[in-house]
Amino acid sequence: MKHGFLDRYSDLDSFIHKLDPRTKVITTFAFILVVVLTPPTRWQAFALYFALLASLILLSKLPPLYVLKRSLVIVPFVLMIAIFIPFFRPGEVVGSYNIWLWEVTVTYSGLLILWNVIVKAWLSILSLIVLSSTTKFSELLKGLEQLRMPKVMVMILSFMYRYIFVLVAEVIRMKQARDSRNFGGKRMWQLKTIGNMVGTLFLRSYERGERVYGAMVARGFDGETRTLSNLRFERADLYFGIGFLVCLAMIGLSTLLYL
Amino acid sequence: MDKIIEIENLSYSYPDGKQALSDVNLAIGIGETMALIGPNGAGKSTLLLHLNGILRSDGTVKVFGVPLEDRSLKWVRSKVGLVFQDPDDQLFSPTVFDDVAFGPINMGYSADEVRGRVAQALKWVGMEGYEGRSPHHLSVGEKKRIAIATVLSMSPEILIIDEPTSNLDPRAKWELIELLKRLEMTKIVASHDLELVKALCERTIVLDEGRVIADDSTHRIMSNTPLLQAHGLAPPRINGVQAQGSGQGPLPNG
Repeated sequence: MKHGFLDRYSDLDSFIHKLDPRTKVITTFAFILVVVLTPPTRWQAFALYFALLASLILLSKLPPLYVLKRSLVIVPFVLMIAIFIPFFRPGEVVGSYNIWLWEVTVTYSGLLILWNVIVKAWLSILSLIVLSSTTKFSELLKGLEQLRMPKVMVMILSFMYRYIFVLVAEVIRMKQARDSRNFGGKRMWQLKTIGNMVGTLFLRSYERGERVYGAMVARGFDGETRTLSNLRFERADLYFGIGFLVCLAMIGLSTLLYL
Repeated sequence: MDKIIEIENLSYSYPDGKQALSDVNLAIGIGETMALIGPNGAGKSTLLLHLNGILRSDGTVKVFGVPLEDRSLKWVRSKVGLVFQDPDDQLFSPTVFDDVAFGPINMGYSADEVRGRVAQALKWVGMEGYEGRSPHHLSVGEKKRIAIATVLSMSPEILIIDEPTSNLDPRAKWELIELLKRLEMTKIVASHDLELVKALCERTIVLDEGRVIADDSTHRIMSNTPLLQAHGLAPPRINGVQAQGSGQGPLPNG
C-alpha cells in the first residue's frame, strides 16, 4: 500500500527542500505571526503575502494545483466557525432578511471579519503546506526537537507519524473483512457493528502500545528520549532566512505606514 | 562460567490468573543455538520476555551468573537482545537510522560510535543504504531484517528472536535463516516453524502449557513424531482412512 499523504513531495530536490528544517520552521511561524497581526483592511498586504508564498511554491517545484487543492481542506472548518459572525456583529447593516419568524441582519464589520478570518487561515495553511511538503517528517521532528519543543510532544508526533499508517492498514483490513461477509441489514445493526470495530481498534492499539513500550524498554529505554542530530545550518539558510524575514517585515511595516 | 542464561523455578501467571509458565528450569550455554518450540499459547513469548526482565515473577533468571534485579536490569538488557515478533512493534521511529540507533544511544555511546554501530548492524543484515527510509515503506522481510539490526547495533552476547519467519514467503524465509546462521553469538529462537528449527538449531526445547516437556538435540526431537503430534507440532495421525472432520456433520453444500 502506498502511504504518502503526510509528507508527499518532500523528497523532491530543490533549494527550499535542502534548507535546514529549523530555518523553515522559524520562517513559517514568523510568516503566520505577521499575517495574523496584519489589519484586515490592508488587502494589498495580503496580496503580497500570497505572492511571497507563490514564489516559494514555484522555487520548491511543488505542483501548484496540488498545493491549492490541499489548502482548500481548511475552508469547511473555517466556515463552520466563522460563518455566523456577519449575523451577530453589530454595525452598519448591509441587508436584513426575514427567515420565518427570525429577522437576520448582516453587517459590514461582520463581513470584514469573516473575510479576514478566511484569508488569514488560508494563508497560514498554505505556508504550513509548503513547510510539510518540502520537509521530510522525520527532519521536521528533528528540527522541532532542536528548537526546544518539549520532548514528549516530539515523541507523540513521531509515534503518530509511525503508527498512523499501521492503523489505517488495520482499519482497511477490518473493513474488507466486514464487507466480505456481506455487511448490510438494519441501520441500527450497522451502527452497532461500526461501534464494535472502533472498540476493537482501540483495544488493538492499546495492546500494541504495550508491546512497543516493551520493545523500547528491551533496548535500554528509561523514560529519557535521546536522539542524534545531523542538522547543520548552511550559508543558504542564512541568506534565505534573512531574505525571507526582510521581505516579510517590509510587507508588514508597509501596512502600518499606510494607516 | 559457561552458562549464559540460567532459569530456576520460574512461574508466571497473567493478570487474569491464567497460568502461563509453571516451574521452568533451563540453562543455556555460551555459543549454543537453541530452539523453543510449542503450539500457540504455550508460553514461548512469555518466557522470552522474562529473559531480559520485561516480565518478572517468581523464580530466578541469571545472565552470566548475575541475577536479574533492578540494579542489573540495564546491564542485562545490553547483553540480551530481544527481537519481537511483529516488526511494527520493534520499529517505532520515523526512520530506519533512528530505530537502529535507539539502543546504542540509550547505552550512552558517542555520536560517532553510534553512527558506526548503525552502519555495521545494517551491513550485517544486508540493509546498507536504508538509513533514511521510513519503516512503513518497507516489505515484511526488510522490516524483519531491520528489526534484527536494531538489536545487533547494541552488540548483544545473546540474540533472542520470537517467530523470525512468520509472515515471510519461502525465499525471504530462507534468506533470513542464512542471515541468522552467519551471526555467531548465542541464539534462542522461538518458533513453530520446524524447517527453521531443523536448519538452524542444535538443541530444541518443547514447551506446552507453560511447562518444559522435552529438552534434547534437535535431531532427536524432530524424529520423535508422537511427541510432536501430542503438542500440536506435527500433522495429526491419519487412521488409515482420510481423517476428515471427525465428529462434525457434513459441510453445507452450496
